[in-house]
Amino acid sequence: MEPLIIEGTQKTPAVEFNPVKGVLEIKGRSIPENSIEFYKPLVDWLEDYSASPASKTVVNVHLEYFNTSSSKCILDVFKKLESLHKSNNVVEINWYYEEDDEDMLEAGEDYESIIRVPFKMIEIVD
Amino acid sequence: MSFNINEYYYKLSQGDVLLAYKGSITSELINEVLEAVEEKLEKVNESGKTRKKLYNVLVESMQNLFHHIEETHEGINEDLEPKFGVLVVERDGEKYKVITGNFINNKKIKFLKEKIDKINSMSKDELKDMYKFILNHQKISAKGGGGLGLVDIARKTGNDILYEFYPYNNDYSFFNLIIEI
Repeated sequence: MEPLIIEGTQKTPAVEFNPVKGVLEIKGRSIPENSIEFYKPLVDWLEDYSASPASKTVVNVHLEYFNTSSSKCILDVFKKLESLHKSNNVVEINWYYEEDDEDMLEAGEDYESIIRVPFKMIEIVD
Repeated sequence: MSFNINEYYYKLSQGDVLLAYKGSITSELINEVLEAVEEKLEKVNESGKTRKKLYNVLVESMQNLFHHIEETHEGINEDLEPKFGVLVVERDGEKYKVITGNFINNKKIKFLKEKIDKINSMSKDELKDMYKFILNHQKISAKGGGGLGLVDIARKTGNDILYEFYPYNNDYSFFNLIIEI
C-alpha cells in the first residue's frame, strides 16, 4: 500500500500517512471553506489501511488552527481509527497543542470524549 | 429613516481599525484578510492566546459570510457586488472586535435570531455539550460546518454575540454582527 503524502498549504495541513510504520501525521492549519474535499482521500486511505494495518498505529495530530468545517471531517478520520481499534488493533492518538492554547486542548478533549481510542494530550513547550 | 450602507460603513471605519472591507466575500479575500491581520498582530506583539482566538473568530465569521451570504441582491437599490459583505476588525481598548455585515432575506431573520439568542443564553458547559452534539450527530452540509460556527465563536470568546437587524425593505434587512474578543 502506498503512503499518503499531501503538502501543506495556507489553509490545509500537511499529511503523511506511512502504512509500513503505522505512523500517521497531520500537521499545520486546517481552515478550508470546503473540508470534505480535502479529507475524503484521508478517510479512503484509512479504509484501505484498515484491511492490513501495521501492528501498532500511532496518529500524531498537530494542528495550529482548525475551523468548524474541518472539525467534522477530523471526527470522520477518528471514527475510522475507532473502528480499527475496535477490531483489536493497537491505536493511539497523540493530540499536540501549543503551550497555553487551552482552546486546542479543549478541542482534543472533546474528541477524546466522543471517540473510544486512547488519546494522549501533549503540550508543546517552546 | 431607512438603512444606508455608506453611512453604516463610514461609522464603522471610525474606530481604531485594523482592517475594513466591503465587497465580495471570496475564498481569496479570506486568505488575504487572514494574512494581513496576522501580520498586524505580530507587529503589535499581541499575546499568542488573543491572537489565536481572534484568528479563529475571523475564520469562522468570514466563512459564515462566505457560506450563507445572499448570492445576489435582487430588489436592493444599491450598487452591490455579488456575495456582498462587510468586515471590520478593530481594537477597542483591551479588546478586539470583529464586525460583519450583510443583507439578509427577511424570511431568515427569525431562525438566525433564535439561534443567536439561544447561544447567548447558554453557559460554557452547555455550549460545550451543544458543540459536541452537533459535531457528533449532524451531517456536514455542502455549505460548511453545519451550524457549528457561532457556537464555536461563543465558546472561544466567552462573550455574548451582539447583533442587530436594520430593516431595509419588504424583502431584506441588514444584519450586523459584533463579536468581542
